[in-house]
Amino acid sequence: MISRGERVANYVILSVFAAFALFPIVTILSAALGPADSGGTAGLGNFAAAWEVGRFGTYLRTSLLVSAFVVVVSVLLSIMSGYAFGTMRFRGQSVLFYLFMLGIMMPSEAVAVPLYFDLRTLGLIDTFWSVALPQVALSVAFGTFWMRAYFRASNRAIVEAARIDGASTWRILWQVLVPPARPAVVTLTVLVFMWTWNEFLIPLIMVTSESLRTAPLGLAFFQGQYTSGFTLLAAGSVIVATPVVVFYLFLQRHFVRGLLQGAVRE
Amino acid sequence: MTQRMTAARPPGEPRRVAYLYLLPAFAVYAAFLLYPIGRAVQISLYDWDGLSLGRWVGLDNYAAIVADEGLRAAFGHALVLIVFFAVGPLVIGLGLAAILNHAKVRGLGFFRTVVFLPQVVAMVVVAVAWRRVYAPDGTLNTLLGALGLDSLTRGWLGDYTFALPAVGVVGTWFETGLVTVLLLAGMSRIPGELYEAARLDGAGAVREFFAVTLPSVRGEIAVALTLTVIAALRTFDLVYITTRGGPGDSTSVPSYEVYHRAFGLGQVGSAAAIGVTLTVVIFVISFGINRFADRRIA
Repeated sequence: MISRGERVANYVILSVFAAFALFPIVTILSAALGPADSGGTAGLGNFAAAWEVGRFGTYLRTSLLVSAFVVVVSVLLSIMSGYAFGTMRFRGQSVLFYLFMLGIMMPSEAVAVPLYFDLRTLGLIDTFWSVALPQVALSVAFGTFWMRAYFRASNRAIVEAARIDGASTWRILWQVLVPPARPAVVTLTVLVFMWTWNEFLIPLIMVTSESLRTAPLGLAFFQGQYTSGFTLLAAGSVIVATPVVVFYLFLQRHFVRGLLQGAVRE
Repeated sequence: MTQRMTAARPPGEPRRVAYLYLLPAFAVYAAFLLYPIGRAVQISLYDWDGLSLGRWVGLDNYAAIVADEGLRAAFGHALVLIVFFAVGPLVIGLGLAAILNHAKVRGLGFFRTVVFLPQVVAMVVVAVAWRRVYAPDGTLNTLLGALGLDSLTRGWLGDYTFALPAVGVVGTWFETGLVTVLLLAGMSRIPGELYEAARLDGAGAVREFFAVTLPSVRGEIAVALTLTVIAALRTFDLVYITTRGGPGDSTSVPSYEVYHRAFGLGQVGSAAAIGVTLTVVIFVISFGINRFADRRIA
């Protein structure tokens, strides 16, 4: 049905576009593996140098701690709130739900400024909490929406049966509803991990001490300070991007599904 | 499926315990999002440097968004970015998705993985990479030189005319994969009979696209526009790393102005007003686009 010429044209268009998508990534990868800025050897040694000189080891550790906290807490809280919205009826339900929905679209730029000044008054600025808790709040808005959609669609007959057997709402949630919800929970987990790992504005505003810099923030500072070449900067960039990219390559389905189903947050 | 049956009536029986399950999530959400946005509205009504006592100015900070030339420019730049972040990717994405959906190309999975990849790379890394591409001795100028187009080479991000489009192209690069994959998912759900019917009516490929494909993916187009327009309006990391709003203020955008005014210029009230305005604009746009798209998204 499709002519040969059209087929060739299609492949050309797709190849051109794939090349465009890969162009900056290849630029940075080849620079990271290129000759060292001091003119020394090329290759993997650059990553070790960036790890030391750029202190990316420390930044990665902070990012890991912040991400782990934000992921665990916001997924747990979202499962609980999604359970309430998805399977129960209560006064003020729709008002509360719309209130949560606002959070999905709320730009962090708008809240970060007042948060900074209020947390400063409380003496909480430049702490782990000032970086982690605002991100839990942002993630919980989407997480509630996500888990509610899942629980609404889940099998009610099993829940009724468990209830007749005398199971508490707590046991129904964790022993009946959550085990089959694993795909939905995994999708939520990878999205929150990606958002938290890649977040820039909140750490930028909340953190002044170097030990609390997350990986993207560390990279931004390194970019501003390190002027003797591009190789170490490129190696640092690769280090910062790699954890999420590796997750993406293994769990691509979850990333695509989550990002396409109305995840307005970045 | 059970989904259909339960969706009609509100789920579950009345339960007070629901509040207990909601409480932890709501407490964090209220403390770190709802309360701050309320505070933002309050602060936006003051002239405040972040240190001394603020002075009540009513809606002056909002009036300045319309009156102040720099702020008007920032919102204007955001509009330009919408063209690059939303309109460009939509046009390209429709083309790519139509090709992928129609022609049974090999390597579809690989292509999808590649074009979606930008979405998961930290924006700071993306910005560092593109800075390299746009640098005076960067990849783009090398490429132009190799093609014999030396006259076109320049320091792209330092150029008053080209800095904003250069930032915009990064947005096109970033969003096109997302839009393509989204549209492709929609197109693959179009029943084949629709195309057969169009063909029997004598429609060519172009008419088929406008008569069958385009109307069928209206919902996906709405989602794509919502996501990309909001991303354009919220551009911060990219501008912070690549241009810091410069040269001059040729790439200043609202999000960057919020940061710059609050923490650089000590105009916290003005920063809060910009943030609140941005929030309202984003709400209005998402509701507008989604109303337009009817209920097909869920």
